Amino acid sequence: MAILVGSDTRLLVQGLGRDGSFQASRTREYGTNMVAAVHPGRDGQKFEDAVPYFSTVAKAVEETGANTGVIFVPAPFAMDAIIEQVDAGMELVVCITEGVPVLDMVKVMEYIKDKPTRLIGSNCPGLLSPGSKAKVGIVPGNIVRPGNVGVVSRSGTLTYEAIAQLVQYGMGQSTCVGIGGDPVHGTTFTDVLELFEADDETEAIVLIGEIGGIREQLAADYIKEHVTKPVVAAIAGQSAPAGKRMGHAGAIVTGKAALASEKNKALAEAGVHVVESPALIGAKMKEVLGS
Amino acid sequence: MNIHEYQAKQILDDFGVPTPHAEVASTAAEAKEIASRIGGRVVVKAQVHAGGRGKVGGVKLVNSPEEAEQVAASLLGTRLVTNQTGANGVPVEKVMIAETLDIKDELYISIVIDGDLGAPVVMASTEGGMDIEEVAEHSPEKIFRVAGDPLIGLTTYHARDIALALEVPAKALRATTKLITDLYRVFIENDCSLVEINPLVITEDDQIIALDAKINLEDDALFRHPELAKLRDPNQQDPLEQRADKADLAYVKLDGGRVGCMVNGAGLAMATMDIANAAGAPPANFLDIGGSADQGRIEEAFKIIMADDDVEMILVNLFAGIARSDIVAQGIVAAANETNATLPIVVAMRGTNSEEGIKILADSGLNITGAPDLAGAAVAIKRKLQEMGNSN
Repeated sequence: MAILVGSDTRLLVQGLGRDGSFQASRTREYGTNMVAAVHPGRDGQKFEDAVPYFSTVAKAVEETGANTGVIFVPAPFAMDAIIEQVDAGMELVVCITEGVPVLDMVKVMEYIKDKPTRLIGSNCPGLLSPGSKAKVGIVPGNIVRPGNVGVVSRSGTLTYEAIAQLVQYGMGQSTCVGIGGDPVHGTTFTDVLELFEADDETEAIVLIGEIGGIREQLAADYIKEHVTKPVVAAIAGQSAPAGKRMGHAGAIVTGKAALASEKNKALAEAGVHVVESPALIGAKMKEVLGS
Repeated sequence: MNIHEYQAKQILDDFGVPTPHAEVASTAAEAKEIASRIGGRVVVKAQVHAGGRGKVGGVKLVNSPEEAEQVAASLLGTRLVTNQTGANGVPVEKVMIAETLDIKDELYISIVIDGDLGAPVVMASTEGGMDIEEVAEHSPEKIFRVAGDPLIGLTTYHARDIALALEVPAKALRATTKLITDLYRVFIENDCSLVEINPLVITEDDQIIALDAKINLEDDALFRHPELAKLRDPNQQDPLEQRADKADLAYVKLDGGRVGCMVNGAGLAMATMDIANAAGAPPANFLDIGGSADQGRIEEAFKIIMADDDVEMILVNLFAGIARSDIVAQGIVAAANETNATLPIVVAMRGTNSEEGIKILADSGLNITGAPDLAGAAVAIKRKLQEMGNSN
């Protein structure tokens, strides 16, 4: 089954500049069903001689039945792209773009609050379900394997690291979801945990957090009450000093709760297998699953 | 992005927020002139991007223009070391001369984004003049919080609630309500990440005045505020951080480190710092080279790490998705040859073109140890420390 993306994903890619085009190619290579490309002024043309271009998302959805959108447009236009996709009735919108002004994301979150669209990001690597060859975003397709571990993470490349460790220990993934490193973002750890808990294909969960905010603590609360599947967690940034932003806009220690140690503690108290080093995610999951 | 107090005060003035009469000086003579213009007792405040300046002589009360001149002369051209700066401190290139007020009460107010609420939040407290982190820790009930509506903003009745929570005198209620509404506009209309007034004061004659002003601007939104982008003062930054900024690299210098880290991706960079630290070698920096780094930027990144005297060895951890390992390897080799780098370099390289990248490094003749992954990198660092005879 996997979660969020699978064989019924009909993907629309918005923003086909240099990076967007490169990623759209990788996405198609992987086997994802990309049905539409949105880039104003290219109507009538086809991306890679296969996927029709449209100037607007609404037209693309009408013509192709796209249900999932991924956004690569530059940061100043990301809010607009998200709202355009929400207005077109997309089920899932994934915003890869980094550097989106936080006040734009504040408005976006308010705008979509009562709408049926689910948003992932901004500033995220997107998601991928290896079993159904569905990739939405930039997670490299060649590092994943089909399997039963769900991965959810605030990071991009650290997610790849975790995936590589799982593969090294012989474990594949149901779905890998990068929720992004911005302080205000769509889908949260808790949302993804709920989906993994309900997913038949997912037997265990890897959660990768970072310093900053309290989302890991909220995840811990949720796990304690609702998650029966084993969870292995790692928090990046234990050696980061307070008050310094570590790349991601959300990764900054601004109070006690933002510390890695506090997050580790909350997760451990919720029964999560917390690894001291992010190098031990694979080994710990192997031990937990005992196979 | 940090800006100076005098720049923050200018923004507050533009938005109609009452502030003390104050002007900025670059020379002692100017300071004297301003002090005599303001008249009476004035305060001389060093303009630096760091808190804690009051405790180290960066804020001084003076009684005459001559004294203002002396204090300005003693501050200008020096470096101020506070508990928030590194050991090198930050340069004092300007001082602000401000009128003194007869203060009845000191309050606190700030606005930040609460990521978990997804909205700007106004925090107010009657405990002005204190470190708000301490108030939050010891008496959280003394902090009053109100979230602004993402689409409507902060309503006047909310601002009035805050003013009432601050227990301002009845005579100052209307002015305080307006001040809070205006501060919220400052935050939204300038895309701030922080607006903090500590202290916000009530004077003996019941005026409400923003005595101090700290404003941080959101870097990601500067593209729509070109006039604010000009307020950047690179001299307040660590020289290496300044260099990294120019090359569009996310770099943070860390005190007391030994291992220079070069990584793609913020999360993986933090994880790499953590494993170096756990292996007994504290990281000297955070460095995210980003996704689509070209060879020139890789070279600059490597040179920035090499320019840090604290660095005893280098740890490169690359998990290439968008980035290409071979280009990163070429950048490292070019920069290492140019700087005659002899330091040990531990490299973990995976993802796109990693085999080519590893080969380029292996053939380079540099002092390189390959590692298969993050765990392998930790082992390699430990071994290198032992070889260097200082594994602690």
